[in-house]
Amino acid sequence: MTRTPLRPLARILKARASGENPDAIEAEIRAKRHAEMHDKARQRAEGRLLVLGLAFFCAFVTIGARMGTLASSVPMEPRAATVGNPIIGQRSDIVDRNGRMLATNLATHSLYAHPRDMIDPEHAATGLAAIFPELDADELLEDFTGERRFLWIRRQISPEQMQAVHDIGSPGLLFGPREMRLYPNGPIAAHILGGASYGREGVASAEVIGVAGVERQFDGFLRDPANEGAPLELSIDLTVQAASEEVLAGGMSIMSAKGATSILMDAHTGEIISMVSLPDFDPNNRPRVLTTGDQSDSPLFNRAVQGVYELGSTFKIFAVAQAMELGLVNANTMIDTQGPLTWGRFRIRDFHDYGPELSTTDVIVESSNVGTARIAMQIGADRQRAFLNTLGFLQPTPIEMVEAPTGKPLLPANWSELSAMTISYGHGLSTSPLHLATAYASIANGGLRVEPTLLRVDNPEPGPRVMSDAVAQSAVHMLRQVVVRGTASFGEVAGYEVAGKTGTADKARENGGGYYDDKVIATFASVFPASDPQYVLIVTLDEPTIYTLGEDRRTAGWTAVPVAAEMIRRVAPLLGLRPHVDSAQPVGVTLTSN
Amino acid sequence: MRGFLFIMAAFAVMGLAFWAYQENYKTQATMRETRDLHAQIGAAHERLGMLRAEWAYLNRPDRLADLAELNFDRLGLLPIMPEAFGRVDQIIYPLPPIAPITNSVTLSSGVFVPEDGAL
Repeated sequence: MTRTPLRPLARILKARASGENPDAIEAEIRAKRHAEMHDKARQRAEGRLLVLGLAFFCAFVTIGARMGTLASSVPMEPRAATVGNPIIGQRSDIVDRNGRMLATNLATHSLYAHPRDMIDPEHAATGLAAIFPELDADELLEDFTGERRFLWIRRQISPEQMQAVHDIGSPGLLFGPREMRLYPNGPIAAHILGGASYGREGVASAEVIGVAGVERQFDGFLRDPANEGAPLELSIDLTVQAASEEVLAGGMSIMSAKGATSILMDAHTGEIISMVSLPDFDPNNRPRVLTTGDQSDSPLFNRAVQGVYELGSTFKIFAVAQAMELGLVNANTMIDTQGPLTWGRFRIRDFHDYGPELSTTDVIVESSNVGTARIAMQIGADRQRAFLNTLGFLQPTPIEMVEAPTGKPLLPANWSELSAMTISYGHGLSTSPLHLATAYASIANGGLRVEPTLLRVDNPEPGPRVMSDAVAQSAVHMLRQVVVRGTASFGEVAGYEVAGKTGTADKARENGGGYYDDKVIATFASVFPASDPQYVLIVTLDEPTIYTLGEDRRTAGWTAVPVAAEMIRRVAPLLGLRPHVDSAQPVGVTLTSN
Repeated sequence: MRGFLFIMAAFAVMGLAFWAYQENYKTQATMRETRDLHAQIGAAHERLGMLRAEWAYLNRPDRLADLAELNFDRLGLLPIMPEAFGRVDQIIYPLPPIAPITNSVTLSSGVFVPEDGAL
């Protein structure tokens, strides 16, 4: 490239000759040079911009395409680098305390249709209607010949049904894998387990979610792949649960009761060994929730946890235990039981007249309302409330079920002295049988608070002390006397030293305004064996009545107690408790001769 | 010298490419094998789950109670009751074994004759 000088001599000389300014020539050339440089720089910049633009375009296209394929393709599990076990992706099983299966999964199939792929929709519709009686051939044909491109026919089908559908031979009928939750024991422990249903559903798989009970409470645990299929271990013992249900169902029908519940709890750990609520249901085929009427009539209603009732005289032992703890009375203190006890407009009476006074033990043994109310007057409302709170009566139970918060105790609006008196014999405070079991466990284990639990406890930790060991032992002794010579004489089971307290509470009318005359809740709260209490058993019957010795009887001594005794007779050997037998010879003494 | 280095580098690149190609295919084969094994193990798990469910279903307490009742004549099974518990001292000691007979003789004509001749 030849470079033009700024002042070309020829043009300068020419300009000078013609009298023009030679500087103009220089300026012109300089301007021309600048314009050239400018053009060149601009071209280079444009080129660079283009390259950069292309690079960005490619990058964006790549990322966009990747995002598009990720969004539109079916997700795949990473295979090369997975953490944990990639095979066990199912919902975990639920087992009892000995590892027996309570809930597991079963691989079944779902059935769906692609009507566009059908060759002979009429044949398919009539074939399906023949296999599944609840389907209607005309409706199916309408669906198959209409606008729809996809429809579910059945969520789960058995292998036999699947084969029958195969035999129809329609290419528009398709199967997808489907996991089903199975409760192999049927209605046993139905209320505890709850049930499961499907969440989000797809053709290839469906999500199994818990809808009630522990299935719902532990949904996160059961679905967590990090557990690698480790089962959920409950504290329930399947054999004991089955025996309890059998005995309770028998007792409920003999006593013509509307419902019944029983709770068997380990007094030291709070583990629930069995918890029955009747009537029950089959969790494999969970009934619908009632939309009208009283929910407590539904078989889904768990009376043991959700049912709050006034539990009657079973509460008397708490007033007496607290009075002993405070040093107000001892087991032999004489209590004034002259009735009726008048407080304002109210009169407190006893079932029988027990004369002017009874010892504290006999107040429990004879179940004197007047005597207990007098003890409650000594304790006072505030101290009583605080004591019942430490026993867990004022909050819903902390048991691991979604239904637990609904079992909220009904407290008096104003905890007056009169409330204290009525609560001392179990009226005016409605709690669930599980509350009662928890509180009796505290008495049975020597005065330590327990938390009721449905999970197996391997390393129990002692809870805070709510009463002294001596008071708890004394209370158990009084409860033992109730069975030996009091209202629960039918509760004696040879060898198991049953101790307990009966309670018969009139049922409150639903719409308020007093109590029914002929409807009661009969409860027997028991502890066994009395010499070294291990277990707490609560049996509650709803509206029992039995015709014995010429009259209709409703009191717990005639209804709940025999049922509980039979239950202990059946269940205690299953728990491995040896009957306590007084041997004729002193133990450990060997006869010798010299 | 420079040319030699270039040729060596080219060979090295070709060698590495061949190695990477082989590794890629080996990895893919291993992954395929793993997938097949996972599928097999998954199927085995499913079968195991099915068998467990069947076992649990066949051993459900209702069915066992019904079976015990049906076969009461043969088995005589009853629910366990408190009387089922025994004490150790109710069990008899094992009987001492009978001393071996050392002086046996063969019987003839139905008369027992000990060796020393005493009757």
